Amino acid sequence: MRSLRRSRGAPTPDDLDDGPLEAWAVPTAPAGGLSFEGEAVPVVVLHQAGRTFAGPPPVEALKPTDLVIERGEYVAIVGPSGSGKSTLLHLLGLLDTPTAGSYHLDGIDTVTLSEPERAGVRAARIGFVFQAFHLLAHRSIVENVMLADLYRPGGRDRRRERAVEALVSVGLEHRLDATPATLSGGERQRVAVARALVSEPSLLLADEPTGNLDTATGDQIMALFDDLHGQGLTLAVITHDRSVAARAGRVVGLRDGEVIEDRLVGSGMR
Amino acid sequence: MTAERSRLNLRDLLSETAVALTARPARTVLTALGTILGVGALVTTLGLAKTAGNQIVSRFNELEATEVVVSAQSTGFGDNTRSLNVIPWDAQSRLERLNGVTAAGTVSAVDVGDDLARSVPVVDPQGQTEFQIPVMAASPGLFGAVRASLFTGRYFDQGHEDRADPVAVLGPAAAQRLNVTRVDNLPVIFVGDEAFAVVGILADTARRPDLLGAIIIPNQAARDRFELGGVESVEIDVAVGAAELIGAQAPTALAPNNPDQLRVAVPPSPRRVRSDVEGDVNALFLALGGVSLLVGAIGIANVTLVSVLERTGEIGLRRALGATRRHIALQFLTESVALGALAGVLGTSLGVLAVVAVSATREWSPVLDSWLPFAAPVLGAVIGLVAGTYPAWKASSTEPIAALRGVA
Repeated sequence: MRSLRRSRGAPTPDDLDDGPLEAWAVPTAPAGGLSFEGEAVPVVVLHQAGRTFAGPPPVEALKPTDLVIERGEYVAIVGPSGSGKSTLLHLLGLLDTPTAGSYHLDGIDTVTLSEPERAGVRAARIGFVFQAFHLLAHRSIVENVMLADLYRPGGRDRRRERAVEALVSVGLEHRLDATPATLSGGERQRVAVARALVSEPSLLLADEPTGNLDTATGDQIMALFDDLHGQGLTLAVITHDRSVAARAGRVVGLRDGEVIEDRLVGSGMR
Repeated sequence: MTAERSRLNLRDLLSETAVALTARPARTVLTALGTILGVGALVTTLGLAKTAGNQIVSRFNELEATEVVVSAQSTGFGDNTRSLNVIPWDAQSRLERLNGVTAAGTVSAVDVGDDLARSVPVVDPQGQTEFQIPVMAASPGLFGAVRASLFTGRYFDQGHEDRADPVAVLGPAAAQRLNVTRVDNLPVIFVGDEAFAVVGILADTARRPDLLGAIIIPNQAARDRFELGGVESVEIDVAVGAAELIGAQAPTALAPNNPDQLRVAVPPSPRRVRSDVEGDVNALFLALGGVSLLVGAIGIANVTLVSVLERTGEIGLRRALGATRRHIALQFLTESVALGALAGVLGTSLGVLAVVAVSATREWSPVLDSWLPFAAPVLGAVIGLVAGTYPAWKASSTEPIAALRGVA
């Protein structure tokens, strides 16, 4: 499998058009001389962020929470149903805004942004992988991946090439023009991962990525995640599957809207 | 650190729309069917009304629409019938002063008694050399007023008229019978004992075909030699649309003291006939077309709404990929507008085909307002816009969280 992150040399005019400068920053090398912010800013900084759904009665889905995810971390968010892990995912993914506290993504204060700006941050800095894949049935694999660049500023340049590169990086170079219906579940999820990667996000959010897959294919997806983590990608995986969580470097456990555990495991312990 | 706004390129929006509409072509066509039929019905109705109206109108051709004839009322009975002598000899110059008259000329039949016409005697014991040929007296403007054309020679003019010159212009049939084929050798014909120099031979006239078989001489010559008593009628050629006006003005111009003794023949107004026909045909069928358009709009709204529900997952995905509510609304609205416009184009084509087919069976020439083929697709697009507004709003207010959690 070839490296997902294209090596970045001196910025070219093409790169300048391509997006914000910090997208160049190689996550594993925070002192790479490119960081405008000096030392690497954590990807995620939640400060007393909470989410209450208006009543009656009001439901405090997520109690005020502090959470910092450093660049290159692989975090599993675990908890039973109703524990608030989905709410946390939506806050992290900018699909929802906290009703209390603050959330900085790549140092950007996301709470104060307008909707088009938040959508722009979502497009440029966050990659989503869903349990149900969410591929468009009437489009080819490569078109599905190209969709990720539709709403991204500067996303038109080399759109197809970058989609193909992302598909190659997940090992699907032989199925580019197939439709999702002809793919196996594992292949579909790999297409979804490729779609999440094409914008070179700061944070990959996965919501029960193995939930619709059998154990063997689920393991393949998790191996892919391990690989991406090895290349320096920041991952947050929501799961109720302890074996999935065990592959992460850090496990954040939720219960009743509260963080009840936050510990380093496995590779993160080293 | 800055956050760039999410954006959607127009070309991307259009290509997304194209993909969405072509992904399931059968469904697209069925969705648009009501609008296709509605637009088609409207175009057919308007086209057929126009075509039918034009058939009836086409009887009132330009030639008839520009002809006004003023004649003196007759008096007496049987052989004693004669025209009242109310049209003045200078009728031509009186009428030519009126705005809208392009040419005018008097024409009267000349009573030559038993006089026969002959050309310069040719000794032909077997052939007939004398003929009974009608003689008409005219003012020089008549040739313009009946839109005559010359075979050879020239018309007589005001100078001939003023000098009472014995000249004549022959209708082609008369020329043939008198065996006159050229005028450069100054042929002379005789009517009774009166000699006339032939100055021209007509090729044809658009009006008054009786002139084709006649010998036409100036008024003054007719008065001097055949005691022509008065002008029978005046032929007036008017500008298009001026017929009614001239018809009203001419009697006063000709006979200010007793205009009611003149009869005026004007062509019926084409506009009135056309509006009657169109009005009848249109009202009912336009109503039917309107109803089918309404049904078509409801059809588009219905299917678009269903497709919003079906595509909840897609909406959530697009939001996750960076689409704003506005982008989602815009996408669905563009789809329904494109669908409506497409239906408009198809409906227009069907309507035009129907008009052509009906015209072919009736042997009519199909007539269509030129704006119609352009306005109809716009109408379709407007229908799509109206029909798509609620579904688009519904789509844009779909919560991405709920949409993503739903089954894909």
